[in-house]
Amino acid sequence: MTPVALILLIPAIAALLLAAIPGTRLAARVNVLAAGATFLAALALLTEPRPAPGALFLVDDLNIVFIVLNTLVGFTAASFSASYIGHEVAAGRLTPVTLRFYHAMYQVMMFGMNAALLTDNIGLMWVSVELATLSTVLMVGLYRTPEALEAAWKYFILGSVGIALALFGTILVYMAAQPVLGEGTPAMVWSNLLPHAAAFDPGLLNLAFVFLLLGYGTKVGLAPLHAWLPDAHAEGPTPISAVLSGLLLNVALYAVLRFKMLMAANPATLPPGPLMAAMGLASLLFAGLMLYRRRDIKRLFAYSSIEHMGIITFAFGMGGGLANFAGLLHMAMHSLTKSAIFFSVGHVAQARGSQRIADIRGLSVSHPRLAVALALGVLAIAGLPPFGVFLSEFLLVTSTFARAPALALVLAAGLLLAFGALILRLTGFLFGDPPPEAAPVRASTLPIWLHMGLVLAAGIHLPSELVAWFQAAARLLG
Amino acid sequence: MATLPIDIAHLMAGGLVLMSFLMIYQDRLSALLDVFTAHAVVLAASVAWQAHLQGDTFHLYLTALIALAFKAVVIPMALARIVRRLGIHREVETVVGTVPTMLAGIGLAALSIVLMMRLTAGADPLAREDLAFALTVVLLGLLMMVTRRNAVSQVVGFMSLENGLILAAAGARGMPLVVEIAVAFSILIAFIVIGVFLFRIRERFDTVDLAALDEVRGDRA
Repeated sequence: MTPVALILLIPAIAALLLAAIPGTRLAARVNVLAAGATFLAALALLTEPRPAPGALFLVDDLNIVFIVLNTLVGFTAASFSASYIGHEVAAGRLTPVTLRFYHAMYQVMMFGMNAALLTDNIGLMWVSVELATLSTVLMVGLYRTPEALEAAWKYFILGSVGIALALFGTILVYMAAQPVLGEGTPAMVWSNLLPHAAAFDPGLLNLAFVFLLLGYGTKVGLAPLHAWLPDAHAEGPTPISAVLSGLLLNVALYAVLRFKMLMAANPATLPPGPLMAAMGLASLLFAGLMLYRRRDIKRLFAYSSIEHMGIITFAFGMGGGLANFAGLLHMAMHSLTKSAIFFSVGHVAQARGSQRIADIRGLSVSHPRLAVALALGVLAIAGLPPFGVFLSEFLLVTSTFARAPALALVLAAGLLLAFGALILRLTGFLFGDPPPEAAPVRASTLPIWLHMGLVLAAGIHLPSELVAWFQAAARLLG
Repeated sequence: MATLPIDIAHLMAGGLVLMSFLMIYQDRLSALLDVFTAHAVVLAASVAWQAHLQGDTFHLYLTALIALAFKAVVIPMALARIVRRLGIHREVETVVGTVPTMLAGIGLAALSIVLMMRLTAGADPLAREDLAFALTVVLLGLLMMVTRRNAVSQVVGFMSLENGLILAAAGARGMPLVVEIAVAFSILIAFIVIGVFLFRIRERFDTVDLAALDEVRGDRA
């Protein structure tokens, strides 16, 4: 069986299985096992000979980066979820029935994301992104509190509007391709579209890209289409906040990138880069300002995700070898760091029984181990050396200075703005008098150390294989 | 007379736009559901006519049938039941008044027609005018979603938006079967999701007015 088939079949079968398993602990283990097996299958993609691009699947340098990252964080988040969920059941916030549903939905979401990354058909890509979105909507509403329902409803409505615009864009791409490639499936296969893109009608392609950027951009959380993101992160279970930030945003960005490549292959169209760069910078500045007024710890880091997706979109919008490389590296580093932060935040919120920033202080006294984990994560995401995030931000700023110094100043200002807010909050979390009733945390911090270790290692030394791999993907992006 | 089949297609697509305009100013839920049913019937007729024009397109007839069965029969009946059970046949609370909404709708229709006609000068005339109508229906659906506060009417707005998408997909010659079935399927899933939400919202608030949810929005402390 090929790795591609395994990557899709394991989550699909696991979803069915998990829907049938009543025991909570067994289900959590099966969930971890399935996610781990999917990750191994994704690693096999690196060594196995790649299948030729067909009507259904495409494996190239670009999506391998995404798929390996996706399955790795999917696996560690499942392990975190297993210990997180145990506490939620003990606290009576979740029942075994909702948990069965939660685990099945987790695998459905993994299936949707993996399918979106692997497919070669732009119609199937749309269906897969929608599937992943719907499964996360259900998980955001899991606690059924009024706040969770409000968040899920908002996410659902804004997500649906985004996805509807993306479908309209997809139809327009098909209509642009159909006179050249003929009717039927060939005109929806991405690897078929790319070599012929120069012959497509540029007007239709322009219009299509605007719809696709707005549609999938809603899911990326780019300002001004980000309104769903902070609520969805804050009110859902924390493992879902971690995969939303670490994975789903990337998958939507991947869809935008595929269409950007199509646009770039047609010289008569509008250049897509400046549009993306502008939206990216706007998100960075907006989120940087919003970070200062947060009162909820998960919302704080949700805005930080908007900020970083802005940076990544800006990097891909600038284009060129170095900026694309920086964008890919930043995406990987952000996924690892942000999910590690959410893992720590999940444990912290359980220990304090609150997500309010005002309630979270003195962690260094009450929970020293968690305090170190959280501090490392926040320092890394704020962009301090020696972590990998610093490396990618440094590469991006220097490459932007070489090409557009004015934009580089704005970029640097945005980065400093966000840096200030995060460090300000971090001192509040770590120091001060802890509330007397602080509960001990009996949770595994292993996934956090694993992620932070990878981010630290990438910041100190990038192996040449990894550099060559990312460079190949960056070249594909043009 | 060679243009007659195309004219009929345009007539039906234009009818769909008209139905969308009728929907945006309905201020009673039961009337809104009736107009939505008509919207779905016109969509089904329009898709079936496209199937006839394009010839040898069994999957388009199937799409028309799905639109007729689900959107004109099953979903309006289910929503009507919810509305009756909750006893909210009363007025829909519109955030913006009828006149500004209609003016905004006319603006959106003009915008989409100008945009499409300018940008797609090279494309097949049938497809391109259909696309202009489809974009209008999509934008009017969006308009309806932002001007309503009631969960049921937002759902109806979303479904009318999806109808516009189906019209666009049907107008694109020979769009593959896989995608259409998938589209219909996703809409079904979407509906189930919404149904679950409506159920839960009622459980919590005894109302489907989203203003009740606004009061519990987080981060206001």
